[in-house]
Amino acid sequence: MDIVVIHALNALLYASVLFLIAGGLSLIYGVMRIVNLAHGNLYAFGAYVSAWVVGLLVARAPEGASPSTVLLLLLLPAGAVAAAAFGALLEPTLLRPFYKRAEEYQLLVTFGLLMIIDDVIRWLWGPYPLSASVLFENFGSLGIGDAIYPTYNFLVIAVGALAAVFLWAFIYKTRFGVVLRATSQNMRMSSALGVNVNRVYVQAFTLGCLMAGLGGAIIVPSQSAVLGMGVDALILSFIVVVVGGLGSLEGALLGALIVGVVREAGIAWFPEIELAVLYLIAAAVLLIRPAGLFGRA
Amino acid sequence: MSTVTTTVALEHRSPVRTLGWAVPALVILLALPFVVDQYQTILLAYGLVMGIAALGFNLLLGYTGLLSFGHSAYFGVGAYTVALMVKYLGVTSMELFLVGAIVACVLVTAVFGIACVRYTRIFFGILTMALSQVLWSLAFKFFWVTGGTDGLRVPTPTLLGLVTGKGDKIAFLATAYYYYVLGVFVICTLVMWVIVSSPFGRALQAIRDNEVRAEFVGIQIRQYRWVAFLVSGVFTGLAGALWVPLNGLTTPDIMHWTFSGEIVFMTVLGGFRSFTGPIIGAIVFNYLKTYAVGYTVYWQLLLGVVLVVLVLSLPTGIVGTAERLWARWRAR
Repeated sequence: MDIVVIHALNALLYASVLFLIAGGLSLIYGVMRIVNLAHGNLYAFGAYVSAWVVGLLVARAPEGASPSTVLLLLLLPAGAVAAAAFGALLEPTLLRPFYKRAEEYQLLVTFGLLMIIDDVIRWLWGPYPLSASVLFENFGSLGIGDAIYPTYNFLVIAVGALAAVFLWAFIYKTRFGVVLRATSQNMRMSSALGVNVNRVYVQAFTLGCLMAGLGGAIIVPSQSAVLGMGVDALILSFIVVVVGGLGSLEGALLGALIVGVVREAGIAWFPEIELAVLYLIAAAVLLIRPAGLFGRA
Repeated sequence: MSTVTTTVALEHRSPVRTLGWAVPALVILLALPFVVDQYQTILLAYGLVMGIAALGFNLLLGYTGLLSFGHSAYFGVGAYTVALMVKYLGVTSMELFLVGAIVACVLVTAVFGIACVRYTRIFFGILTMALSQVLWSLAFKFFWVTGGTDGLRVPTPTLLGLVTGKGDKIAFLATAYYYYVLGVFVICTLVMWVIVSSPFGRALQAIRDNEVRAEFVGIQIRQYRWVAFLVSGVFTGLAGALWVPLNGLTTPDIMHWTFSGEIVFMTVLGGFRSFTGPIIGAIVFNYLKTYAVGYTVYWQLLLGVVLVVLVLSLPTGIVGTAERLWARWRAR
């Protein structure tokens, strides 16, 4: 029984982080119809920035003492802010010229961006993993029956759930959300009605990057930031959005839960074909419902 | 009745003019091993192999208008077929390798194709990518068959039942194997030329330019796309089979979707709106990557910048830009 609970918690943990990354990807696609292949790198960027900030603080702390958990927690979102700022810079400079051009070019330019950001991270932080495990250790662990489970993971799950709620409220209950949805439905019409489409695009892209960066920031204390984490995350979030439907946030949530559960089950029971099963699920969903479970065709 | 094509992009010149540059190019390729050193020759052989892969890829992108982000799968199927034939069957004949790779690729692309050609645009790209990642993860995880990340070693093959690579492997690769690759490359180029100039090739271009109209004319779009997918995959698989002996080793890296990205990159670098573009692009990309990797650890950054600048300012690639400059120069 305890084992089942732990598996379920792990699945939720994966799902939380995946929802943050894939939700951002989906939001960006939904609003500006662009598949950002560099999205995973923004997640990696967020993870690196957060790990770096935490590392700076630990290095500053007096000998033997670890910095206060509260302070570390307050600084952890630095990665999300950095990723958002990066995104706000990228959209108007590199992506905007491509909205009117063929999809091939959009994919290619973001593929180039993927290569660039990958190496910029390597250049800034070197080839070695960057860890922020201090925070993870400070939280200690919780007993579940006979088993123990890291307390920090509950925080990650909570952040994922909160992000989903906030995002839903933001998109369906605020004025900005209305404008965003209108632009997503019909860009020309909302432009004609006086919406500053360019500004909406920057805001949506920044929000998407903020989510990816937040995903990186909250996961980095339990897993170090490593090179290549961006590409791996991108592929997993592709599966999520394909299963859930490109451009749909509900879909991203459901897709993240499905992928989280399948991954956890895969690691436990069929480790050899865990990844293959995920890709096959994505392919199967594309064949049966090309627009995804929640997509609008 | 002559077909009137309104496509400016993939317009074919008269055979005489084509021979005018194809023959000198072939002579240079034939003479090069006598002029440059072994390293350069082998590097060029890599370029030619990738040229075949990109040529196949471009049948989909340039001629059919489908962007595949999963061509690493077929390259990998070709390569792994060879490696598994060595491992389990003890085959050494290069001709058998090529036949094996073609058969394996036909089987895989036929199945993948049925699924993929139902979609176009971004969904086609994502589906091809997801399916290629299935193969990648299998090659990655089933290490007792595929060697996992260590990959599989492949010894030098026997060419035409006569030439073996016993002894100096480098000399073998730089002479006999180079000419073998060149031979296959020329055959592949000719075959592709015939394909794209045939009514079938024209139909593909019609589908690319206007799907609805093509359907009204009576072209069965899905079947045509499926055949194009098959041919495209087989060409790329053939390149994979040729690549393995050159590299001596096959690893799951060549199945990963980022390798598909490289194939797209080289095709766009050369110019996907022309027949020769992918070939030129593949050869140039091969040099670019080799020297970038040798020059700096940040080679990805360098290639990424090249790609972004290319897409921003020279979307027609090397060949398209050269043609434009040539036309402007002649007009003066």
